[in-house]
Amino acid sequence: MRRSMLFLPGNNPNMLINAACLGADAVIFDLEDAVAPAEKDAARILVRNALRSMDFEGTETVVRINSVDTPYWQEDLRQVLPERPNVILLPKASTPSDVLLVDAFLSDMERELGVEEGTFLLMPLIETALGVENAYLIASSAPRICALFLGAEDLTADLCCTRTKEGREIEYARARLVVAARAAGKDVYDTPFTDVSDDEGIVTDANLARALGFTGKASISPRHVDAINAAFSPTEREIRYALEVLEAINRAKSEGKGAVSLHGKMIDAPIVARAERTLAAAESLGLIGRKV
Amino acid sequence: MSKLAKSIRDAIREVGLKSGMTVSFHHHMRNGDRVLVSVLNEIAALGIRDLTLNASSLFDTHAPILDHIRSGVIGRIMTNYMSGAVGRAISRGIMDAPVEFRTHGGRPADMERGTTPVDVAFVAAPTADERGNCTGKLGKSACGSLGYAFADAKYARKVVVITDNLVPYPLETVSISEDLVDLVVEVDEIGDPRGIVSGTTKITRDPVGLVMAQQAARVIEASGLLRDGFSFQTGAGGASLAAARFLKEIMLKKEIQGSFGLGGITSYMVEMLRAGCFERLLDVQCFDLDAVESIRQDPRHQEISAMQYASPLEATAAVNRLDVVILGATEIDTDFNVNVHTDSSGSIMGGSGGHSDTAHGAKLSMIIAPMFRARLPIVTDRVNCISTPGEDIDVLVTQGGIAVNPRRAELRDRLLDAGLPVIDIHALKEKTERITGKPEPLCKGDRVVAEVVSRDGDILDRIYSISDGD
Repeated sequence: MRRSMLFLPGNNPNMLINAACLGADAVIFDLEDAVAPAEKDAARILVRNALRSMDFEGTETVVRINSVDTPYWQEDLRQVLPERPNVILLPKASTPSDVLLVDAFLSDMERELGVEEGTFLLMPLIETALGVENAYLIASSAPRICALFLGAEDLTADLCCTRTKEGREIEYARARLVVAARAAGKDVYDTPFTDVSDDEGIVTDANLARALGFTGKASISPRHVDAINAAFSPTEREIRYALEVLEAINRAKSEGKGAVSLHGKMIDAPIVARAERTLAAAESLGLIGRKV
Repeated sequence: MSKLAKSIRDAIREVGLKSGMTVSFHHHMRNGDRVLVSVLNEIAALGIRDLTLNASSLFDTHAPILDHIRSGVIGRIMTNYMSGAVGRAISRGIMDAPVEFRTHGGRPADMERGTTPVDVAFVAAPTADERGNCTGKLGKSACGSLGYAFADAKYARKVVVITDNLVPYPLETVSISEDLVDLVVEVDEIGDPRGIVSGTTKITRDPVGLVMAQQAARVIEASGLLRDGFSFQTGAGGASLAAARFLKEIMLKKEIQGSFGLGGITSYMVEMLRAGCFERLLDVQCFDLDAVESIRQDPRHQEISAMQYASPLEATAAVNRLDVVILGATEIDTDFNVNVHTDSSGSIMGGSGGHSDTAHGAKLSMIIAPMFRARLPIVTDRVNCISTPGEDIDVLVTQGGIAVNPRRAELRDRLLDAGLPVIDIHALKEKTERITGKPEPLCKGDRVVAEVVSRDGDILDRIYSISDGD
């Protein structure tokens, strides 16, 4: 279950050491924007050593490498891949060929390291106008792609518009990414909410992202992690309803009935599928089966 | 007959202070206090020597007393807290007699028992009348509560009130009353109220601190103690204050009406009072100027003495009715003994204050501390100084998990049921050492520079000298 993905600067040892304690389902060790060019090598080594020596206790590890138009990305991958981060986040993915370039490099590394083809998962970060337009092609360009990730800061710069808290300017990009990712059978992650001290704004923004169909949301501040986790966790009411749906379906099956209704409403296949997803999520979060 | 003395020097002469006697001071002006040093300068000028200094706390602003120690004016020190500037010198062995550390409850109890008689108490009073009635709530140097000074006024043979705001009799609101006071001295300045606020009274912005604070609030929620009538105390550390803020949110959401907030009071506790989390604040010392303003204006915010707060001789002391206290630690060992006296190099930089009083009295005493500071693990095999015995500590909250004292199995079960990350304290120590490595034990010096006296009057532990090379 990957609800929250927390960016941590790759050159900050104190944050790396505490990565597992900050409550995020996944942490993103950033080698790109958070790290100045002169520090790229130091950050790379620090992240590699953290991955090698630290126990992240079930927190997923993601490394944001530098984009393919920089001289850094291949060395980034050479250093970190032997330590098996869970996911590689590729910034400024604008075309399928950007992704295929990295995909081929990952395949080479898999052969070199003697691991199974497709082990290294790839998450393209869509943050250009071209990337948004190519979203479906990017999402479906390689099997190792696990999700799309929306980056609104760079995108709004590319769109020549101002980034706002309300986010009207990224409505289209959000909707487009969700549709593209889902059409390709992939997950999709929303852009961070950047006002670190706005504790109410993050709740609104995370709830909006969930309502739009995102799988989870990124964050640049540990302060936002709880709000994101809450927004992307099934609520008590949703869990109760999902249990009722499955109970009604099972009852109907045992009674040999075809059509099933609950609270006067027909239950069809999508409702059952959603109920199953809700319960799977609730189970993996330990929300059911524990004394409350 | 007038109680007014012309000057501090005259007052010292009039009360008959002699070499070898004991003088006492309280610390409500905290790092802004000017009285303690001014009085000792006058005492030194009069040629009086070999005094016992009984001060409820000593801050960096009191560092000039080091000269009086070296010159023999001060021969012994009793205190409940000593910050780094004075502590470092003591740790390097500048005194022959070990410093006696007590607790905020133990100090007045030992005065009452007669173990630590005081000859002359000097009370820094932000406002007083000429008969000696005084208060901390009024005046340009208002510090709020005078809680620790009550015992000094009650048990000292002679009491001198020193004020920078002398008002006509009768003073409208009285903390310490005239019948306990022998002399009154007016001075230009008793201190700088801005020094009341120490650097530790702001909510942390550090993400790790916030994670710990949130877990601490969840522990309280899961403990079963958070219900109507709840009582609470927290120290003035960044993570403790953040925990209070998270706790406030939970209390408001669940509409829990607490009974009292206790202790050194900060603006965050005042906020909780105003938000309706508590019916009363019981205040032995104000930690910031918002608290000073509140105790002046709000009748629900009440001044209490150190005896009412924490004396082991008072069966009804407030600490004994406390549900939860949040405390800090420089180190904690696998038996849950806590050190708040010395730093990682073994140098004195603190003291119990109300630590062991509240830990003993509260139903749930919680330590919040990071797994490591700089590169030193917080959990050790044995603390360098036992400030509060492990039997009085129930739970340790770190960012790497929550360790519960094995004496509190039912609490451990409650936390597990609530889905909190409970970890055995030995496992927590190992987990931390995997990151930090295991540090070499400190080399203690061979001289005892301080003794830690428990609230019951026994010697709990001894602090040894450190060498200049450390």
